[in-house]
Amino acid sequence: MTYKQRIDGRGFDEARPIEAKVGVIKRADGSAMFKIGNTWAYAAVYGPRNLHPKFLQDPQKGILRCNYNMMPFSSSGERVRPGGSRRSKEISMVTEKALLPVLDLEEYPNSVVDVFIELPQTEAGSRCAGICAASMALADAGLNMKDLVCAVSVGRVADKLLVDLDYSEESYPNAPVADIPIAMMPNSGKITLLQMDGEVKKEELMKLLEMGKKVLTDIYEIQKNALKEKYHEVEE
Amino acid sequence: MHRELRSHIISLLAAGIRLDGRKLAEYREPIEVENNIVKTAEGSARVKIGDTEVIVGIKLEVGEPYPDTPDEGTIIVGAELLPLSNPDFELGPPGIQAIELARVVDRGIRESKALDFKKLCIEKGEKIWMVIIDICPINDAGNLFDAASLAALAALKNTRYPSFDGEKVDYKVKTDKKLALEKMPIAVTVIKIGDKFIVDPDTEEEKAIDSRLTVSSIEDGTLCALQKGGDFPLTMEDIDKMLDIGIEKAKELRKYL
Repeated sequence: MTYKQRIDGRGFDEARPIEAKVGVIKRADGSAMFKIGNTWAYAAVYGPRNLHPKFLQDPQKGILRCNYNMMPFSSSGERVRPGGSRRSKEISMVTEKALLPVLDLEEYPNSVVDVFIELPQTEAGSRCAGICAASMALADAGLNMKDLVCAVSVGRVADKLLVDLDYSEESYPNAPVADIPIAMMPNSGKITLLQMDGEVKKEELMKLLEMGKKVLTDIYEIQKNALKEKYHEVEE
Repeated sequence: MHRELRSHIISLLAAGIRLDGRKLAEYREPIEVENNIVKTAEGSARVKIGDTEVIVGIKLEVGEPYPDTPDEGTIIVGAELLPLSNPDFELGPPGIQAIELARVVDRGIRESKALDFKKLCIEKGEKIWMVIIDICPINDAGNLFDAASLAALAALKNTRYPSFDGEKVDYKVKTDKKLALEKMPIAVTVIKIGDKFIVDPDTEEEKAIDSRLTVSSIEDGTLCALQKGGDFPLTMEDIDKMLDIGIEKAKELRKYL
């Protein structure tokens, strides 16, 4: 069983076309839009602001709270019922963990930084697109950050290792498939999100992480350029 | 609560001007309607009025008709006041604000007979199309009512049926068959502050309103839905003026479709 050529003609180490923009939601303290192929994410940051209910407050530092949500019409199948699912709750949690290492919230005791991720349209890789948008929105909000966070999925379809699986690849019939979303702090090279479903050998996984790293370097450049672009406009 | 803001707005309105320099019956610029922006939806639109931005997506599902209308399909309107779009919105099930927004948009479409529900019937008493309209604000800088109802209508206008073989819907395949829109109901929310009337309030103005009237009307000026809001009562003369403004402004908005 061999996967000779990607269905949409991309190279195996090539991500789908990417578009990124910051400052897209004026009412938010920071915001960004990140599109990869047909997957489209918005992120808005509010805060640091007062945290309610009070028992959640940490007198030592601020907390980060993320919420990932698919809009009801964002799936290519049936309507997604509004209100969180178990899946969206888990993604919210891993998104939080993926972003937290780059933030320094000690200056903001008893406060919260809220990150809301909304997806108008999805076709695989939505948690990674959400994380890319969220890290840009945090930077746009002017928070102290050690690094950005870049995310993409890597994986395997039949005998091939590849990056940024699309829907047809995630659900490739009659062949082993592995889908591995990763997030990385590009400057240190450290991984902040690692999940997987499917089957893959350890050697393959290590190779995939290297392939992912290359793509994430490109994504980092796109994110940085989007951030610079906003402030370039301000200068003019 | 916003007494000072209100008196400031009123003194400006007396001079015929708004906080942001607009005239009283003037919408923010630019107004933009973008069609088919969400590929996963059967129909969609993004509407921007000034800084306010709303996405509406339409999904079509096959369901069973209500027992009292066995040969009619139906619409379902949902609105989520996403906390992404406004610092005052919170996570959780729709509150009364979201419910009112959805119901005002619903009534405009339903009562104007913009959609012929009989044409949504697939098999009498058995199968009908349900047109599910979801409203998602991206940036709430005021006047979600008008932006959402304009976006809903634009999205309905470009909605195409997915393929249906009598058993299952195949959402991957869109047919060429469009939803037939018979009427173009447009909602205009007219605001009363002091003794003045304005349209398209921004965030600051929304804090200071006395009352509001959302006026939905179709092409020939026939009214199809109304909703009064705000804590203050309206006189007959107020209503008379507000309806005139609502019908007049609807003509302007309809040009964007």
